[in-house]
Amino acid sequence: MTEKIDRKTPAGELVLSLRGISKSFGAVSALTDIDLDVHAGEVVALVGDNGAGKSTLVKTLAGVHQPTAGTITFRGQPVTMTDPSAALNLGIATVFQDLALCENLDVVANIFLGRELKPMQLDETAMEVRSWTLLNELSARIPSVRIPIASLSGGQRQTVAIARSLLLEPKLILLDEPTAALGVAQTAEVLNLIERVRERGLGVIMVSHNMEDVRAVADRIVVLRLGRNNGVFYPDATNQELVGAITGAVDNSVTRREERRHAEQQLSEGGQP
Amino acid sequence: MTGSVKDNAVPAAMLDRSDERVKHETGVGGAVRGFIDRVRSGDLGSLPVVVGLALIWTVFASLNPIFLSSNNLVNLLFDCSTVGVIALGIVCVLMVGEIDLSVGSISGFASAIVGTLWVNQGWPVALAILAAVAIGGLIGSLYALLYNRLGMPSFVATLSGLLAVLGMQLYILGSTGSINLPYGSAMVNFGQMLVMPRLLAHVLAAVPGAVILATGIRTISRRREANLSAPSFGSIVLRAGAITLVLEIIVLYLNQDRGIPWMFGLFVGLVMLMNYALTRTQWGRSMTAVGGNREAARRAGINVRRIYASAFVLCSMLAALGGVLSASRLASASQQAGTGDVNLNAIAAAVIGGTSLFGGRGNAYSALLGIIVIQSIANGLTLLDLSSSLRYMITGAVLAIAVIVDSLARRSRVSHGRA
Repeated sequence: MTEKIDRKTPAGELVLSLRGISKSFGAVSALTDIDLDVHAGEVVALVGDNGAGKSTLVKTLAGVHQPTAGTITFRGQPVTMTDPSAALNLGIATVFQDLALCENLDVVANIFLGRELKPMQLDETAMEVRSWTLLNELSARIPSVRIPIASLSGGQRQTVAIARSLLLEPKLILLDEPTAALGVAQTAEVLNLIERVRERGLGVIMVSHNMEDVRAVADRIVVLRLGRNNGVFYPDATNQELVGAITGAVDNSVTRREERRHAEQQLSEGGQP
Repeated sequence: MTGSVKDNAVPAAMLDRSDERVKHETGVGGAVRGFIDRVRSGDLGSLPVVVGLALIWTVFASLNPIFLSSNNLVNLLFDCSTVGVIALGIVCVLMVGEIDLSVGSISGFASAIVGTLWVNQGWPVALAILAAVAIGGLIGSLYALLYNRLGMPSFVATLSGLLAVLGMQLYILGSTGSINLPYGSAMVNFGQMLVMPRLLAHVLAAVPGAVILATGIRTISRRREANLSAPSFGSIVLRAGAITLVLEIIVLYLNQDRGIPWMFGLFVGLVMLMNYALTRTQWGRSMTAVGGNREAARRAGINVRRIYASAFVLCSMLAALGGVLSASRLASASQQAGTGDVNLNAIAAAVIGGTSLFGGRGNAYSALLGIIVIQSIANGLTLLDLSSSLRYMITGAVLAIAVIVDSLARRSRVSHGRA
């Protein structure tokens, strides 16, 4: 594989380190012996085919699933996360693919859900100010924070979900398919958000199907295949290499076209003196 | 990208007014226009039930002028309080998208407990009431256990509860069949006669307006301090003034007869307490969240099981309290208590008042408004000397209309992006 260890020294301290993580559901092994490192200020993209175990891995890190074997080391401490709030309290925030927003509540209520200020007499003013601060830090455009989530667009909802994950000043943020349901402009907006999150010095794990998006923001690309590690790449890896690692096949339609194009290029270069 | 955003922003813009694409209304006129806009887009709030109530009252008043007499309205308030307290509990379970079909049985059981412990066993009345409410809470926690641990749908759990608790009621009343509560005792007086002193009623009627004014002024100053847009002082004075005026007129009118029943005061107090809890506390926020999207609430770190449990327990306790109140209203604990239409009236009241059956939408005031609608129909038809057959049919039609209005409004909200 194309491991180029000397290439980039990681941005900051090691935030998260997984060793030998396995997870099985009955007879099905969803994850087998997964290793993964994330540093501060680094975007790690997690790619893989359907059923490669990306979402299972994210849910394990979010405390939704508990691993069957292996160790999770977070900021130098071995940790076990029994439920989602344990992960949150450690400093691991997750933006799930379905965003997990309550459509009947407004933006402020969603950002502070489960973390309200002054539980016995909600401090709406302070919560609203903090919401605007978070949204402005992300340069987000939300018409009002006092409207229910139901009236926001897909990109705006993604923004709210990311802003919410930043509320507790996490060290690591997990994004599960952040651009899957979005249009072109909204995707660009969300990729901008991810860069801003990285600039804040957070570790980011981003699950995606979209190679273009991954290449646009990721510092490292970790490929999973059938629940196992299948290589680590850098954004300048060719599509051929990535697709090969994802599908496990060196020969497929993507690689064939790539080869043809390559051959044509050489041909045309050879043709012109 | 960042540059262009900054360029657009007006330097001194308020934190929540920096998006120039959004039109903002200000001042008293703006508040009124905002209200009209909300209604047109389907965010009706309590408007349909208020309009419906006005309609019902007009019809009954034209058919029989006694309907609007102070005397009759005071009776109406006595009757509202008992089932109203039960409906308040129903609001709780509906908020989380569940249902309790056994509130009628629980209320009957509670009245039987009070009758047995107080009259037959000679317990102090306060202790007997406390025991009844505590047993109600116990039944609620049993439902919570069945729902949370065994995954039993609340519909089925409480349906079997309806039968089982009714059985317990008949069992403890067994030998006598019904227990008369002594006339002249504090409990029966509370349910039948006790009214507030006139002056006190007027003072209490001024409290909501004063609270609105005080919290409004505090909100304005806090929001201005935080560089957020604030509602205008005029609109708050207008609201507080209007509410105070309406309440004072009601009190003045009812004071021409006996006055405001203490029992109704207790009911309204509970409604206001519940309203505060649902809108201004973390618990209430969690209730709304669980009713809107249970999985999202769970992932936000909310203890979803505890929220469900609190809803079931609170509902059963309020049902038991409602049963105690109706026992004091009827001065008896009988086998008929809590049977018949108590169950459905309580649920219908919450729904007619505007609490959604599907969870995540509703407020405590829907119990108050809904039960006044239902009791007005019952009371008006009784005055017209019409049989209960007609009463059931009309109440059923009103419930259907309420649900239709709700679902039409929801469709409109979705198309206007307000859901």
